[in-house]
Amino acid sequence: MKYTQGCYPIVEKKLIAQDTVSITLRCPEVAAAAQPGQFVHILPKGYGLRRPISIAGIDPEAGTLRLVFAIRGKGTKELAGLNEGEYMDMIAPLGHGFTLKNDAQHVVLVGGGIGVPPMLPLAKFYGTKATAISGFRSFQQVILQEDLEALGAQTICCTEDGTAGAVKGFVTTPLEQLLSEGVDAVYACGPMPMLRAVADVCMRTGTYCEVSLEERMACGVGACLGCACRTRDEKGEEQFVHVCKNGPVFKAEEVQW
Amino acid sequence: MADLSVNICGVEFKNPIIPASGVFGYGREYEEFYPLSRLGGIATKGTTGTKRTGNIAPRIAETPAGMLNSVGLQNPGIDHFIAKELPNLLTKDTVILANIAGSTPEECAEVAAKLDSTDVHMIELNISCPNVKQGGAAFGTSCTMAEQVTAAVRKATSKPLVVKLSPNVTSITDIAKAVEAAGADAVSLINTLLGMRIDIKTRRPILHNNVGGLSGPAIFPVAVRMVWQVANAVNIPIIGMGGVTTGEDAIELMEAGASAVQVGMACFTDPFAPVKIIGEMNDFLDAHGISAVRDIVGTVQPW
Repeated sequence: MKYTQGCYPIVEKKLIAQDTVSITLRCPEVAAAAQPGQFVHILPKGYGLRRPISIAGIDPEAGTLRLVFAIRGKGTKELAGLNEGEYMDMIAPLGHGFTLKNDAQHVVLVGGGIGVPPMLPLAKFYGTKATAISGFRSFQQVILQEDLEALGAQTICCTEDGTAGAVKGFVTTPLEQLLSEGVDAVYACGPMPMLRAVADVCMRTGTYCEVSLEERMACGVGACLGCACRTRDEKGEEQFVHVCKNGPVFKAEEVQW
Repeated sequence: MADLSVNICGVEFKNPIIPASGVFGYGREYEEFYPLSRLGGIATKGTTGTKRTGNIAPRIAETPAGMLNSVGLQNPGIDHFIAKELPNLLTKDTVILANIAGSTPEECAEVAAKLDSTDVHMIELNISCPNVKQGGAAFGTSCTMAEQVTAAVRKATSKPLVVKLSPNVTSITDIAKAVEAAGADAVSLINTLLGMRIDIKTRRPILHNNVGGLSGPAIFPVAVRMVWQVANAVNIPIIGMGGVTTGEDAIELMEAGASAVQVGMACFTDPFAPVKIIGEMNDFLDAHGISAVRDIVGTVQPW
């Protein structure tokens, strides 16, 4: 039995930005098993499909899991309406996470918007070896910069309109600069255009890169084949793999952008 | 404890609950939640003559009390199924219904012929997939085509043959009668209803295939109606499905005329749904002093 399904109590809930919620659940068996880059599948009451949400914090000692998600529609609004002491129906941990490199000297974590939360467990693993580049549309969306810093990461915050952070523009500008200095691995999560740009820069410079993808999901465990992602296998043959089971993390070079 | 066993075309099921084709893959994922032996049977992912890659994502859209899918029969092909998946499934102490599909009657027959020499318990012929351009629903929406493809598969196998029907037709009873006449041993219904959703901001359909199959509680009343109509039109057993979420839903579909019940979308809401439904059916039967579930099949008393 690899997957657990259960109803887990919310021990902490905070609104950390406009329409962005941080929830900590007490779920010792999940916290003991979860790996950076994995996700959970949560059922909003009254809905038929679960919502895949990336894991933003794993604390096996405290037996807790932290989730940070944006209110995107009615289902996530329902989830965001739950309060401390209430329960979330969750299947977890799911998917294939990031590859952790013990010998890496410098890694870059690239998060775009609500793609920043899954960078936190990586920041925890890499500590001061990580530089976290985060991109947001505007200052209202900026999240988790202090959390990344508290874990030891150097942070570079970018906003498209320049209303917050050191960089006005896209994450690729500081990324290109860092890559020119030599980086062992890049991990990215965010909107598709950003991931495509990050993957492109990494492939051009020959830098190892993993991306975490998102797709509309049903089962979450690899049975229904709903969340298809087009990749190329070692033989160069095109195929559809599945974000929930083969991913959500893929090597950037495998993905058919 | 009521007797939940049912017999369809000579195949003994320990209970009438079967995860529907397409929601359950080849069983490997859900086995991580509970032993597959608790299920009456498993209808495996629709398998074709050769490997199919399926449709471009998005393939899933949530809808009120349901969902749309347009997976498009992604599968590794029948040879892979027989070599790599079926042997494992046959060790699980549950009835295996191999769901098959094809672009032509010949492809369907070829797939069935390959299964004929295996130990698979039943073949479920899908003539109703709404998500592929050839075959699929094109077979299931015309009596002539339905009859032709059923007859071709019938010739290719002596396994119990279940034909899965499309609800996207004017008269499902005519199709059911056609496949019965062509040699089907049972029918299963309903497959998904064709639907569509649009993102009103981008004006793009949510599904990349534009349209897809609607399943879930939203279609349950349609399923009950069609199972009842078909039960009154044919003399072969019916496996009912369409939005079954609870044990009471399963009982209702059986009273309408189904001898067994498949569970689809409910598996996504709760992976334990099939197992819970079995328990709830037993509770209902016990509470109402019914000793065997087979006694309720087709017992609806129409006005």
